[in-house]
Amino acid sequence: MSTTTQRPTAADSRTTGKAARVLGDRRLPVLVTAGLFLVMYGVGLSRYQNYGFAEAQVFLNLFIDNSYLLVAAVGATFVILSGGIDLSVGSVIGFTTMFTAWLVERQGLPIVVVIPMALAVGAFGGFLMGYVIQNFEIQPFIVTLAGLFLFRGLCLVISKESISIGDASVSSMAQTQVSLGGAFLSIGAIVALVVLAAAFYVLHYTRFGRRVYAIGGNEQSALLMGLPQGGTKIAVYTMSGFCSALAGLLFTLYIQSGDPLHATGMELDAIAAVVIGGTLLTGGSGYVIGTLFGVLVLGLIKSLIQFEGTLSSWWTKIATGVLLCAFILIQRAMTSRRKT
Amino acid sequence: MTTTPRWRALTHHHLFWPVAVLVILLLVNVPFTPDFFAIKMTDGHLYGSLVSIVLFGSPLILVAVGMTLVIATGGIDLSVGAVVAITGALTCSYISDQADQSALSGVFLALGIGLAAAIVCGLWNGFLVARMGIQPIIATLIIMVAGRGVAQLITDGQIITVNSEPYKLIGGGYWLTLPFSIFIVAAVVAVTVAITRRTALGLLVESVGGNAEASRLVGIRSMRIKIMVYVFCALCAGIAGLMISSNTSAADGNNAGLWIELDAILAVVIGGTSLLGGRFSIGGTVVGALVIQTLTTTIYTIGVPTQTNLVFKAAVVIIVCLMQSPKFRAKVFGAKFGGKRAAVPAPAETAPAAEASPKMEVS
Amino acid sequence: MAEPLPVLEMTGIVKEFPGVRALSGVDFRLFPGEIHALLGENGAGKSTLIKVLTGVHSLDGGTITLSGTTVRFASPSQAQQAGVSTVYQEVNLCPNLSVAENIFIGREPTRFGRIQWKRLRREAAELVDRLGLDIDVTAPLSSYPLAVQQLVAIVRSVGTGDADGQGAGTKVLILDEPTSSLDRDEVLELFALMRRLKDEGVAILFVSHFLDQIYEVCDRMTVLRNGTLVGEHMVRDLDQVGLVQLMIGKALDQLEELHDQQLHSDVGELLLKADGLGRVGGIAPFDLEIKKGEVIGLAGLLGSGRTELARLLFGADHPDSGKLTIGGKQVSMSAPNDAIAAGVAFCSENRKTEGLVPDLTVRENIILALQATRGWTRPIPVAQRDELVAKYIKALDIRPANPEARVGQLSGGNQQKVLLARWLITQPKLLILDEPTRGIDIGAKAEIQKLVVSLSEEGMAVLYIAAELEEVLRLSHTIGVLRDRKLVAQLANGPEITTTRILETIASGEHQ
Repeated sequence: MSTTTQRPTAADSRTTGKAARVLGDRRLPVLVTAGLFLVMYGVGLSRYQNYGFAEAQVFLNLFIDNSYLLVAAVGATFVILSGGIDLSVGSVIGFTTMFTAWLVERQGLPIVVVIPMALAVGAFGGFLMGYVIQNFEIQPFIVTLAGLFLFRGLCLVISKESISIGDASVSSMAQTQVSLGGAFLSIGAIVALVVLAAAFYVLHYTRFGRRVYAIGGNEQSALLMGLPQGGTKIAVYTMSGFCSALAGLLFTLYIQSGDPLHATGMELDAIAAVVIGGTLLTGGSGYVIGTLFGVLVLGLIKSLIQFEGTLSSWWTKIATGVLLCAFILIQRAMTSRRKT
Repeated sequence: MTTTPRWRALTHHHLFWPVAVLVILLLVNVPFTPDFFAIKMTDGHLYGSLVSIVLFGSPLILVAVGMTLVIATGGIDLSVGAVVAITGALTCSYISDQADQSALSGVFLALGIGLAAAIVCGLWNGFLVARMGIQPIIATLIIMVAGRGVAQLITDGQIITVNSEPYKLIGGGYWLTLPFSIFIVAAVVAVTVAITRRTALGLLVESVGGNAEASRLVGIRSMRIKIMVYVFCALCAGIAGLMISSNTSAADGNNAGLWIELDAILAVVIGGTSLLGGRFSIGGTVVGALVIQTLTTTIYTIGVPTQTNLVFKAAVVIIVCLMQSPKFRAKVFGAKFGGKRAAVPAPAETAPAAEASPKMEVS
Repeated sequence: MAEPLPVLEMTGIVKEFPGVRALSGVDFRLFPGEIHALLGENGAGKSTLIKVLTGVHSLDGGTITLSGTTVRFASPSQAQQAGVSTVYQEVNLCPNLSVAENIFIGREPTRFGRIQWKRLRREAAELVDRLGLDIDVTAPLSSYPLAVQQLVAIVRSVGTGDADGQGAGTKVLILDEPTSSLDRDEVLELFALMRRLKDEGVAILFVSHFLDQIYEVCDRMTVLRNGTLVGEHMVRDLDQVGLVQLMIGKALDQLEELHDQQLHSDVGELLLKADGLGRVGGIAPFDLEIKKGEVIGLAGLLGSGRTELARLLFGADHPDSGKLTIGGKQVSMSAPNDAIAAGVAFCSENRKTEGLVPDLTVRENIILALQATRGWTRPIPVAQRDELVAKYIKALDIRPANPEARVGQLSGGNQQKVLLARWLITQPKLLILDEPTRGIDIGAKAEIQKLVVSLSEEGMAVLYIAAELEEVLRLSHTIGVLRDRKLVAQLANGPEITTTRILETIASGEHQ
């Protein structure tokens, strides 16, 4: 028995028009980004048909060339979903390249030993930042800014010079190609896709993942609903530190050197990818799949510009900025609709 | 006995700690460089560590002064580094296109174009923050990302070098035995102090940052004020951009002003302006910027490898922020110290205050 | 009929805050299958009692017994585990998640750590269905209006312990002002849910400022005043007038005639006219006229719409209907600026959040409103500024008499005076004072009331809101009576108007 009869229409009566309802759908930004990707890819196909754009390898290269960015952006997605921000991403990546190169080349440690060490250092750095953010109530922006300085500084402490890696196992790992029919993926790309899948599972099928959304939606409520909000927050930053370190390893593999200036400013690329992928910067709404499309769109911009030949690399930044702006305004339109 | 209240008044002055840190940093140099405080006159120019600290710190002071006002309204501007690059790029590319690069009219026009671009960036940031209601970090991120691309677009990815005597004066010239940029900084700081303290702007900025809802209810038009401070901040960054490109006689779209936004924010925080907005201190910010520059110089002179500079900076950020965090002070120094800033409510009001928030003490 | 054993019994509850005894020896009991109203004016200790019960605040004295065992909760989640759930006035859910998730988050059914979405949705749907609600559990919470969100919050708290079999199931449900922003239909729906839960044996503690609602849905009530228990009654045994007396703390026949003070009679021409001004969820459309030199007092219980009415007149909130004319000109009500320009000043009851800028000095806070009207380019000349500030510090006896002192460090009464000075300096035509005497000492109270009288003699109109009826009665030419978000009566003050009369009007909602 129902006490009310009009309730089923409650949701509809609130959303007045069709347009408003479409704007209110949380999946809309992801679809827009996916659509944007397809359109851009279509434009690439029609323009550079004769230059081999249609080859499957060109498409797969998007994954190979952006594997590290994808992993970093997945970490950033967790942080942003929880309503925070992590500026230390680029520095942790840069640090990991240096740390790995130094241990492998200068200390002669085997790469299999170095990998867990690097991941542990990154995760611990993230944990520390999360701990300070949670326990001393300092804005994430400032704490991770300190992290940015610290890890970039540690890079320079290790060495001011770039260290190239000649280790045989590293280069064989870097050159391994996983064949997919006529084209191939690198180990880095495979790892990135595995991370993506794992992140998707964690966010949608574990209590921890749902807590991340809850905290991003309304931290105060999450607290009053009895969710362990502090631990979740620290875990999110730890995760981001871990992802950054993993991205650093992939970057090392990709570029086969450590350099104190590697990945400078990559936190901006990661944040841009997350936002373009439709995740609200205020937290609580978004999908890690959107982040994949965000990374792909950024990667596609780069390869389109390469194919164009006459366009210079800085158009990448400008295009990223324009997209960022467009998506921030879309987000704004969505959130203001929801509030009223 | 009579000195005690005076000493208290001194230590409680808002500039005491920043200045103390600065003085200590300066003194640290003396054992390593005995003539640290010496100032020599060579070729009619004054030289010395103190002069170079101010000279090299000039762009940072400018950017940090603009940033102070933005932070005082409760905002933040991440785009200043990009604005530095754009301004330098536009100005230098205009000058380099001139037949006579030293023609005054051309240089002035170039300065005008560069600063106009900075103002446009500021208007855009202000529009997004005040009008569209987008969080400042996010709104200014757009120009932070795109701005460097624009700067490189202007310079065509090259480092544009110019050979213009009048332009060189701004960041590398001397006047009355001192670097000219020191005069520019002095002028900007003086103008800022005058605008904020001789008019009511400073009061209204502090009010908006200190309590936005109360400000709305007394009829302050906070939208205008916010747009104004973002424009002012961008203008300061533009002047810093002129200074940096003039000093090297070159515009580098990629590296000019890199990370200056972070240094500027740090300078503001060291200077005692809270990141939450409200009370601000231009003097504190200037001292804060000098502290950062002195830190860099000190690390260099005492023979610590320069690459640890960033690690030190990270340590400073963390310490300053922890000291500003009431929760940290409460944990470390006990309730007495921690409660100092969070004004103890009058007894009679405790009960309603406690009723109002269901959030307290839940953990 | 013998009473069953209470499910919850609180005895001799004491809670102290620095300098204040918020609860002194309060007893409270709650029986299974009843709806029990907790009543009291602002500061009576209702919220504190609830917070002590749910473990938000620690207990300073007394015992809490739940189903016969003594308990002491360290946190709300512990209380929830034991079967004591709370739903607050503000919906504490996550609007970005689906209804089903909001019901189950934190205790989702899992298998090997994997959330079983199908089972979760099914159980949520069953729970919602069992409680007679018709809500699509897969829709995001934000797609529903606040009222439904509130129902979901109740469903969540009732559902505690269902999924994994942990916890005891809800025995006590606390509803803290759930109805304050709901319309009539929504309230009825909420009541239906409450009655259903009551039939299932849940004990419900209900806090509301709407007297009608209490008489409609509650079985028993407990009245608190100033942190002490005033009485526990069956609702059917106590009429509304009796209840209001209990809450305010004076029996009607004992009230003295306090307004012996002669009100001046030179009320001037019309200053302000509100025509059907109203705001959904705030206050029902009302008509009001204010004349120059007139003091209008607003009387009504907490939450009756006093503040909402004042905020509409000032443009602090946007009205949904009606128009406002000040000095013959219609005022556009987009922002307070328009009202300020027309000569309206507003001292909010929330001095800290809506009034003062705590980091600024006394002087800066005092000149803020005047400066705002002048714009930033025309600062008040230093000499004139200091003279004005000194004058008002002296006139209002603000202590410390130091214009450089930070306002955040002043006592409540002095903060209130700073706020008053801020507006007086602008020489407004209408001064709105919302609870200007709350939380300040007796001396300051008397001073502020004297000031109101002298201001009105000088021709300033004053809208005066106070919880204490005597205050309103003593100062006002006209008394507007509010009840349940409606302006129910406007009484011209005179010898025949007594606090009794006002109380009756509040209690009955009718103008006799």
